[in-house]
Amino acid sequence: MRPSISSIWVYLSASPLLWLVATLWAYILAHWLHERSGRNPLVSSVSIAVIALITLLVATGTPYETYFQGAQFVHFLLGPATVALGVPLYTHLASVRRLFVPMLAALVAGSVTAIVSSVGVAWLAGADILTLKSLASKSVTTPIAMAVTQQIGGLPSLTAVFVILTGIIGAVLVTPLFNALGIRDRQARGFAAGVAAHGIGTARAFQVSDVSGAFAGIAMALNGILTAILVPLFARFFS
Amino acid sequence: MIVAFSLFVLCQLIGEFLVRLANISVPGPVVGIILLVCWLSWRGEVPADVQRTSSGLLTHLSLLFIPAGTGVMVHIHKLRVEWLPILGALLLGTLLTLIVTVLVFIAVSRLTGAGPAADAAADHAS
Repeated sequence: MRPSISSIWVYLSASPLLWLVATLWAYILAHWLHERSGRNPLVSSVSIAVIALITLLVATGTPYETYFQGAQFVHFLLGPATVALGVPLYTHLASVRRLFVPMLAALVAGSVTAIVSSVGVAWLAGADILTLKSLASKSVTTPIAMAVTQQIGGLPSLTAVFVILTGIIGAVLVTPLFNALGIRDRQARGFAAGVAAHGIGTARAFQVSDVSGAFAGIAMALNGILTAILVPLFARFFS
Repeated sequence: MIVAFSLFVLCQLIGEFLVRLANISVPGPVVGIILLVCWLSWRGEVPADVQRTSSGLLTHLSLLFIPAGTGVMVHIHKLRVEWLPILGALLLGTLLTLIVTVLVFIAVSRLTGAGPAADAAADHAS
């Protein structure tokens, strides 16, 4: 007797293979849309893929745990990909030693501002402690931000959403804001984009100029490291 | 590719070991970045294989956020209740961070005399 389509579905929908394939193709589709939009920061590939997958999971009544059994193979690569950030960091470090002091000052000021202002505003507006912990590292690249949130007992998946939204906000704001303020220094503009809006800000900076992009890249990597040190310290101090 | 990937996971593993040994709350992969940069500085160059594998992983970095990002479906309730403080924190936080960072960068580079002198030249080159 031939098995029915529904019995094959029951088997596949519980298998890691189906959800691994779904994750990869959701990304490919979303990435294609992002490219088609002229890399518009508002058409973010992560947001599109996440919305598509959640719709699929809700429609098929699949719990997140079942989905993650398949998606964990992709998720695992976050660790080695974080380490891989060391390569562009090393490449840029050699070329921008001249501006070491202003970069360090801007990095410390920006990193502290990012943590204190976001947690402060949310605290004043009445967000609960889990939200505050998940917000603290929202300006740094997702793999580091999620690891930091995990360390201090927040919700890493909530942090992933905050990080992506921060990146989109930063990428949309950066050019009109600095034009309005009359700031023309491309190195400073790029560096600020990298500190405030990690990889999405860096991608935006590269669209403006190579100089801005290089400074954004180094800012993103340095802020990732500094935030990973500062947030657990602040968390220990306030708890 | 396999050698470079093995190098990255080795740096991550040593990083995880060191943060537990030192009992500090820094993520292991972040210590892994520092180890990799130290190794590259010691080598004095980026081997082609390491460069390719790093670019390969970083070009499609956004793919790697999707499994975790999808996890937000578990927290939909939280977002619905707290959307206002969250949106306010993200908007104001990002705006302030951009302004503070750019102003400190410019002020300190003027103070140290490392101003944007090379900026115009670099722009023409790019």
